[in-house]
Amino acid sequence: MSNTKSLLTIKDLYAGIEEKQILKGFNLDIKPGEVHAIMGPNGAGKSTMGYVLSGRDGYEVESGSVTFNGENLLDLEIEERANAGLFLAFQYPVEIPGVSNLEFLKASVDAVRAANGEEAITSSELLKQAKAACKQVNLPLAFLKRGVNEGFSGGEKKRNELMQMLLLKPKLCILDETDSGLDIDALQLVAEGVNSQRSPDRSFIIVTHYQRLLDYIKPDFVHVLADGKIVKSGDASLALELESQGYAWLENGNVEAKIEE
Amino acid sequence: MTVQVEIDEALGREYEAGFISDIESETFEPGLDESVIERISKMKGEPDWMLEWRLGAFREWLKMEEPDWALVDYPKIDFQAISYYSAPKSMKDKPKSLDEVDPELLRTYEKLGIPLIEQQMLAGIAVDAVFDSVSVVTTFREKLYEAGVIFCPISEAIVEYPELVKKYLGTVVGRKDNYYSALNCAVFTDGSFVYIPKGVRCPMELSTYFRINEQNTGQFERTLIIADEGSHVSYLEGCTAPQRDENQLHAAVVELIAMDNAEIKYSTVQNWYPGDENGKGGIYNFVTKRGICHTSAKISWTQVETGSAVTWKYPSCILKGDNSVGEFYSVALTRGRQQADTGTKMIHIGKNTKSTIITKGISAGRSNNSYRGLVKMMASADGARNFTECDSLLIGDKCGAHTFPYIESRNPSAIVEHEATTSKVSDEQLFLCRQRGLDPEKAVSMIVNGFCKEVFKELPMEFAVEASKLLEISLEGSVG
Ligand SMILES: Nc1ncnc2c1ncn2[C@@H]1O[C@H](COP(=O)(O)OP(=O)(O)OP(=O)(O)O)[C@@H](O)[C@H]1O
Ligand SMILES: [Mg+2]
Repeated sequence: MSNTKSLLTIKDLYAGIEEKQILKGFNLDIKPGEVHAIMGPNGAGKSTMGYVLSGRDGYEVESGSVTFNGENLLDLEIEERANAGLFLAFQYPVEIPGVSNLEFLKASVDAVRAANGEEAITSSELLKQAKAACKQVNLPLAFLKRGVNEGFSGGEKKRNELMQMLLLKPKLCILDETDSGLDIDALQLVAEGVNSQRSPDRSFIIVTHYQRLLDYIKPDFVHVLADGKIVKSGDASLALELESQGYAWLENGNVEAKIEE
Repeated sequence: MTVQVEIDEALGREYEAGFISDIESETFEPGLDESVIERISKMKGEPDWMLEWRLGAFREWLKMEEPDWALVDYPKIDFQAISYYSAPKSMKDKPKSLDEVDPELLRTYEKLGIPLIEQQMLAGIAVDAVFDSVSVVTTFREKLYEAGVIFCPISEAIVEYPELVKKYLGTVVGRKDNYYSALNCAVFTDGSFVYIPKGVRCPMELSTYFRINEQNTGQFERTLIIADEGSHVSYLEGCTAPQRDENQLHAAVVELIAMDNAEIKYSTVQNWYPGDENGKGGIYNFVTKRGICHTSAKISWTQVETGSAVTWKYPSCILKGDNSVGEFYSVALTRGRQQADTGTKMIHIGKNTKSTIITKGISAGRSNNSYRGLVKMMASADGARNFTECDSLLIGDKCGAHTFPYIESRNPSAIVEHEATTSKVSDEQLFLCRQRGLDPEKAVSMIVNGFCKEVFKELPMEFAVEASKLLEISLEGSVG
């Protein structure tokens, strides 16, 4: 594994918003096909990481580097990152009234295809794929005609994010708490959505507060993000440990010493 | 790049219809007095009653004051500096067929995407093309005539169908109605005339395309549509003008008459030259549009307004007959320094009359966009209902949106509902779209199109596509 080329390499990243430093020496390396779970207390900087990686306006990088697929990610515009295969499923998906889901999916799929020199998708092919995706995330077909997230329940919005992921087939999927606000059945759906998309050329960063999601998705790595950096990394068993002990033992005092115990 | 910068860039687009046609014209010297009106009337070969009618309006106009209640700001118009008549020289001998029409004129319309050769046209749409002060050509007239439909320039209708014109002209918008309509009554030059006989469903969409070309010329068009009992017609209107540094005046009057059980659907895509970034040039669009509905009749106004430097326009319905229905659907987009004060009046007189008002105002740049609407329930309007929804969308933070709803109810059984919202194209929405691969311009135009959906679905198919394209072009460079 270690000699495969990395998909994403984040080195010593310091970044924040409006003068407020949030990521403070963040390091992460992801190889194609890997699934990384990121856990950590509220306000640690998990969503910030997703925004910085996707290039959201207002988020400034002070220092450090991010390489994605061999390119300097930080040089690219938001849509260029998306077209290069970076996908962010939002913690709080926003509504776009009047723009139908199907219309939105077509515009997105076509944008990504155009950026890769491919022709626009035919409406019938799109419809076929969209219907299959609806089925997979268990949203009624009627949702394709509704406005993007317009009046959707919290859980429906999350499923809708997954549907977009299924159609866009990104290289790196960052799921920001896609499991929160979901009922148990839906949790399994998210897990199935991710598992079905797992492949040697697709990686995942799964931000979650709950170990139970990781029961269904077996991550290759689990990281703990606290106060802007990764303070501990391990395999799936780390999530279990966190579940029983919380984060306090990591954050207070000498982290290394406590892990030693 | 910040969102504001992106939007500002996207708004700095060019006006595509801004070219000037090189056509030799016969144009009156600027100035307005009774002799000018006599000349217009003579040029048009009008009967005496028409001239008298015009002069009567002119005398009223002289006594009137230019209104200043609208939320628009422009230098005082010098009505003596405007020419009141301009027509291509080649139109003097009234070409009998398309072959006789100056090819340069046909090319002008072709460049605007309106081929006037019938074979090349969109099947199912008849066009009356008005160039400055004259109608150049009206297509599919024979085919319409077979169905009993009269569709011709109003100047011709005055001569050919004087009884109809005399009976209805000025009955919905009277000569003393307002300052600009009085002026229009005095000096109107051309426009369209439509008569749909009893029980006839007009076999095609009718449309008029207005083009202002000549400099320092005002366009004063007049449209009269009469839908006799139980008939049905859908009418479209489009407008453009060259890009000029001077402001130009367009003061139109449109009258609609829907007899018992008749239905008129009137759609406008207005794209007059809006002036440049700094507000130089552009059309002053002062328009009076009004329709009257008799028993169980329906009038539906749909407008997409993206052009003009200043817009002052309130398409209205007088719901006279019981059970009649009035609708107003509007998208008004302002950018740069454009100012729009637009809305509608719904006057409920008959019992169980119903009106619906849905407006979408979009402001970008440093523009000002106002909705002004009146819903009036007369004492006789038992069981009347109105529903109004006014939504404003702001792009950037230097523009303004305003809503002025006036409600007068003299009947306790009448129900008036009003909803208003103001929203912004939010950073989150733009971010979501861009994260899914869309560039900022495409993202804004998609969000704006979504915002306008309720209105666009009221437009005839071809126009809906046109309108959303126009919106896209209008928004180019306005992302920020
Ligand atoms: N616009 C902003 N201005 C100032 N501080 C901000 C802003 N946005 C986020 N923050 C702060 O940055 C910190 C990290 O926020 P972030 O949303 O990344 O946390 P998180 O790890 O995703 O938390 P949660 O688990 O609650 O989702 C928080 O303290 C938050 O208050
Ligand atoms: Mg978060």
